[in-house]
Amino acid sequence: MSDNKEIKADDSIDLLGVVCPMNFVKAKLKLESMEDGQILEVLLDSGEPIQNVPKSIKDEGHKIVEVKKQDGHFRLKIEKIP
Amino acid sequence: MATDHYIEDKEQEVEVTLEGDGKTINFDDLKSGGFIKQKQKNLFTVRLRCPGGNIPTDKLIEISKIAQKYSRDGKGGEIHMSYRQSLEILYVDYRNFEKIVEELKAIDWKVASCGPRVRVPTACGGCTYNPNGLVDTQGLAKMVDDKFFGTPTHHKFKVSFSGCPIDCSRTNEMDLGFQGVIEPGYIDEKCTGCTICAEACKEGAIVSDPETGKPIFDISKCIYCADCIRACPTEAWVNKRIGHLVRVGGKHGRHPMNGFEVAIFIPDEKVPEVIEKTINWYNDRGERGERIATVLRRVGIKDYEEFMGDTFKDCRIHKTEEEA
Repeated sequence: MSDNKEIKADDSIDLLGVVCPMNFVKAKLKLESMEDGQILEVLLDSGEPIQNVPKSIKDEGHKIVEVKKQDGHFRLKIEKIP
Repeated sequence: MATDHYIEDKEQEVEVTLEGDGKTINFDDLKSGGFIKQKQKNLFTVRLRCPGGNIPTDKLIEISKIAQKYSRDGKGGEIHMSYRQSLEILYVDYRNFEKIVEELKAIDWKVASCGPRVRVPTACGGCTYNPNGLVDTQGLAKMVDDKFFGTPTHHKFKVSFSGCPIDCSRTNEMDLGFQGVIEPGYIDEKCTGCTICAEACKEGAIVSDPETGKPIFDISKCIYCADCIRACPTEAWVNKRIGHLVRVGGKHGRHPMNGFEVAIFIPDEKVPEVIEKTINWYNDRGERGERIATVLRRVGIKDYEEFMGDTFKDCRIHKTEEEA
């Protein structure tokens, strides 16, 4: 993830400014609307959102395939796992 | 009006004659059985045994029916949720004790205890359904309830289980408390330098290398909550050791005291041994009416730790001279 090769996202959701646990619920709903194996790009704030959302995404069985930090927030790419 | 609500602490036996049938009730039996005298004449609180505070819904319905019948004789009855996770049926006439015990028995439910003995253990949700939970607190609470409930001690003896360092079950203020811990291990080859672990760590134990993004871990700041392991997208953080932080000699009450941390990473299978030996030490060194909190401060924590011997092997917080 430190290399520059970016994984292409099929869809994306901006969760900046969205508080826990609504950010996770929104990401989850978005993932539910997608096909297995597709990639969702998620924008997340530092602090509580980045502390909590990746854990919950993992608990649901999805895979975080790329993480980039930029300007005080995070850009995650999540692969939908059935 | 009866003011004898300190019956729990009375030493002498009090006997009452059940009206009509000439039977007697021994109040010492009552308090060991979890019948607690109320302010109101003839009325008692019946404390039910709910280890870990979990109650199957079908049982709760049956318990409600019994409470409905016997609390205030079916008119405006109430259940109180005790501070230690037990249901308490209020305003029960002592003349109904036999019937209430019989009806509870029919639904396979038991009355709890009070007085100088091992109480019903308390626990949080633990790893079975709480995302933060690291250990099976509910399973362990049931084990304690089966194996140790009612064991006589010098004073009350409360055991609790918390699934993680958030410590909702307040192990710090128990006679003996177990709090789940996981020591994280790090596999460098799996790390992609994404920095999420450093963000996830609330203790400042992990910072990211400014160049590579990889973690720099300061174990002295780690409280073993496993947030890094749960957050890591690539499984570069793994469970290295899992177990319990053991706290002994805490209490609340009129003179609250914090527990001593005596061992860490005690595995599940050693928990019964820790409880048994701690009770043995307490019953041997203590005096009647003395909490283990007081005994530990009178006799010294060192004596306790020596007594625990190999039970705390490789898990000691205060190293022995040999280990140091």
